[in-house]
Amino acid sequence: MNYRYRINYSKKEGMRYTSNLDIHKMWERTFRRAKLPLAYSQGFHPQPKIQQASPLPLGFLSDFEIVDFFLEQEMDLSSLETALTNSLPFGISINSITQINLLEPALQTHTIASEYQVVFLEEFDAIKIIESIHVLISKETVIRVRRGKSYDLRPLILDLEIILENPIYLKMLLMSKDGATGRPEEVLSELNIPMELTRIIRKKIILANEVLDNKLGL
Amino acid sequence: MNQEKSLLNQLERILPLVEKPGRYVGGEYNSVVKNWDEVSTKIALVFPDIYDIGLSNLGLQILYENINQRGDCLAERAYSPWQDMEDLLRKNEIPLYSLETKTPLRDFDILGFTLPYETLYTNTLNLLNLSQIPIRSEKRGKEFPLIVAGGHATYNPEPMAPFIDAFLIGEGEEILLEVIDAYKEWKKEGLSKSELLLKISSIDGVYVPSLYDPQYNSDGTFLAVKTKNKNVPKKVTKRIMGKLPYAPTRFIVPSIGVVHNRIAVEIMRGCTRGCRFCHAGMINRPIRERTVQEIIHSIETGLENTGFEEVALLSLSSSDYTNVLELVEEISNKFSGKNLTISLPSLRIDSFSVDLMEKLKGSRQGGFTLAPEAASERMRKIINKPISEEMLLTTAFEIFKRGWHTLKLYFMIGHPSETLEDVAEIAALCKKVLAVGVKAIGRRAKVHAGVSTFVPKPHTPFQWVACDQQESIRQKQNLLREELKGPGLKFNWTDPKETIMEAWLSRGDRRLAEVIETAWKNGAKFDAWQDFKNYDIWMQAFREANLDPDFYVHRERSIDEVFPWDHIYPGVKKTYLKTEYLNSLSLRLRGDCREQCYACGITQTFNHLRKEDPGIVWKCPNISQPRSKNELSIPN
Ligand code: SF4
Repeated sequence: MNYRYRINYSKKEGMRYTSNLDIHKMWERTFRRAKLPLAYSQGFHPQPKIQQASPLPLGFLSDFEIVDFFLEQEMDLSSLETALTNSLPFGISINSITQINLLEPALQTHTIASEYQVVFLEEFDAIKIIESIHVLISKETVIRVRRGKSYDLRPLILDLEIILENPIYLKMLLMSKDGATGRPEEVLSELNIPMELTRIIRKKIILANEVLDNKLGL
Repeated sequence: MNQEKSLLNQLERILPLVEKPGRYVGGEYNSVVKNWDEVSTKIALVFPDIYDIGLSNLGLQILYENINQRGDCLAERAYSPWQDMEDLLRKNEIPLYSLETKTPLRDFDILGFTLPYETLYTNTLNLLNLSQIPIRSEKRGKEFPLIVAGGHATYNPEPMAPFIDAFLIGEGEEILLEVIDAYKEWKKEGLSKSELLLKISSIDGVYVPSLYDPQYNSDGTFLAVKTKNKNVPKKVTKRIMGKLPYAPTRFIVPSIGVVHNRIAVEIMRGCTRGCRFCHAGMINRPIRERTVQEIIHSIETGLENTGFEEVALLSLSSSDYTNVLELVEEISNKFSGKNLTISLPSLRIDSFSVDLMEKLKGSRQGGFTLAPEAASERMRKIINKPISEEMLLTTAFEIFKRGWHTLKLYFMIGHPSETLEDVAEIAALCKKVLAVGVKAIGRRAKVHAGVSTFVPKPHTPFQWVACDQQESIRQKQNLLREELKGPGLKFNWTDPKETIMEAWLSRGDRRLAEVIETAWKNGAKFDAWQDFKNYDIWMQAFREANLDPDFYVHRERSIDEVFPWDHIYPGVKKTYLKTEYLNSLSLRLRGDCREQCYACGITQTFNHLRKEDPGIVWKCPNISQPRSKNELSIPN
């Protein structure tokens, strides 16, 4: 019998340069260090039962990442959290842990959208950005080519606005479904903002069951 | 720290532009970040190859833990940035920094370079330059860090002599700490850099090259070294640990994939087999073992501290570990069913090795590797690695029968007296092994032949021998490529240019430094990496320095020649090496010296250590025993 838990965590510091695949390893090793009874798949090459929600591109920070894992024993949430916290590498911190029904669909198939915040490392002309946002939003289609394939970026942008606080930042809500993922760097490229002059932070991942009480109208 | 802040800001802009940026940020689990202002002596441990390779270096890990255990010191790390990162560092005028506190390397007190192989020499110069530190020792005053280096390559320190302030010869556990202590005293005294160098030159195992003057004969051969100060030792004897210290257990766990993601436990140091080509076998004597309990304890603690899923048990010859069966049984009792991969390399060619591997074979199965090295009886006698073909074939049959599909066989070509017939026997042997495999498990059986090329290394019985000519190496490789075609066979080889490059770097004298410097200035670095496009740069550098690479590489040394590395003493006497060289010329085998000591010099040299701690067990028998000179026959 397995027990399923969901961790909401932040990814900061040097860990932003750890890829999705390596984050998977990071969790496996954290569980081993914490001596938690992580469940493994059967077969010739047993794999730890860890599932991640929508992958976060290399270099992005995040306040809101989700991972599901399966344990062979049921554990109370607070001791689970303590054990993990003591074994995590610098830059990863747990926001919350909950127990999840085994029957819930896999996280990957369950993700709908991601919200990102884009902070500028250099001064940008807010007026110009507002104009280019306007142009982008008013287009019907925005055909782009990524890795040799062309696709329409426009329907993947659910929301895009500039927040005129000091300092200013962008807020984007992009589709993150399996096979239909809007990428912040693609949006930035449409806005003529070089990605290396920004810091991108994922603020939220929206899951399918949250959509009902969400006014997105997805 | 403000400096750190602004560097981080700069890094944030360049890291998105490089491949694998996780190599340049530190923060790994078990990395140690101390408060810079609270410790007196700061050491950066530098591995002049990329992070992916350097991270798992065991020597560096040992020193990192040792130094960081001390309250008065800190150790941080730096590796070679890959080309893309180097370009951006240079373009933005960012000096090379340590991963822990992101401090420029030039702000450390001591930089300790690890030099396990010679092809890192140009990288070493490049790292100094990237750190905005003058590459030549004489150009560095006390405002720059003390630059020290250790590792296997430094047993011939001469080619790097002008660049390194001090070489630490031998096992580094104690010697680096002693250098740190001397450095601390010196700093308090406020003396000059040359005072510092003189001070540390009195520490056993420390070689300060600027205090030695090499002299040459008119034909270019080496005459002698003259010491420039009467207090400086004429010979620098390597340091060893009488008893192996506790193995490291707080391995740095990378946040990105690197070459070896694992715990490494040295089960013993040294080897008594006496293969004549083997540098490691000669310089790491005597054999000292860890106890089974110690090893198990290290694995357990290491796993708890890291969460790694792989354990490597390291030694030069695992089957020779006295309690190897007990060790393997204990490991399989303790760790099976934990989704671990445990590797035990360097096994002898016999069916006992297959038993051992079988006990370790968990749910995850690796390959099986054996190293016959030579295929003809004659070559086996020359290199002193007696194995019987029958035994190899029986062992191979067992390996295939018990579930391994691929057998890797390591061979070495390129000894000057090797003929094409000797080489053809390698191919024939591989085919026989494959036939055995096919008999055992059918067409699934595979044999991979990894054929390296011999480089005559300093401090080995082959230091007198010439390196094979490129043409001849190519011819031998072509023969093997032709023969080892077909289903189930695979052949790997080393580019002859790499071999030649390694040969001049490892056999060079101090004049070679100029060649290294010129080659680096003209763009040579990552010499083991770049598909040898650096080769022409090196040739040009030799021409500019008016030196002939063939003089270093292809010249057979006369039996009484003085070598540029003779004043570095690995505890193994030159007379012993000479006898072994002569034995190889007369095809005479010599057995494992644990059974019969040949008085290589180790016990005399380090007798004080043995006496200090009578409880310690070296595998050298008592040297006062009479020794016989039995010739060994090939075992069957
Ligand atoms: S002293 Fe004797 S037993 Fe020890 S390593 Fe040397 S030859 Fe071998």
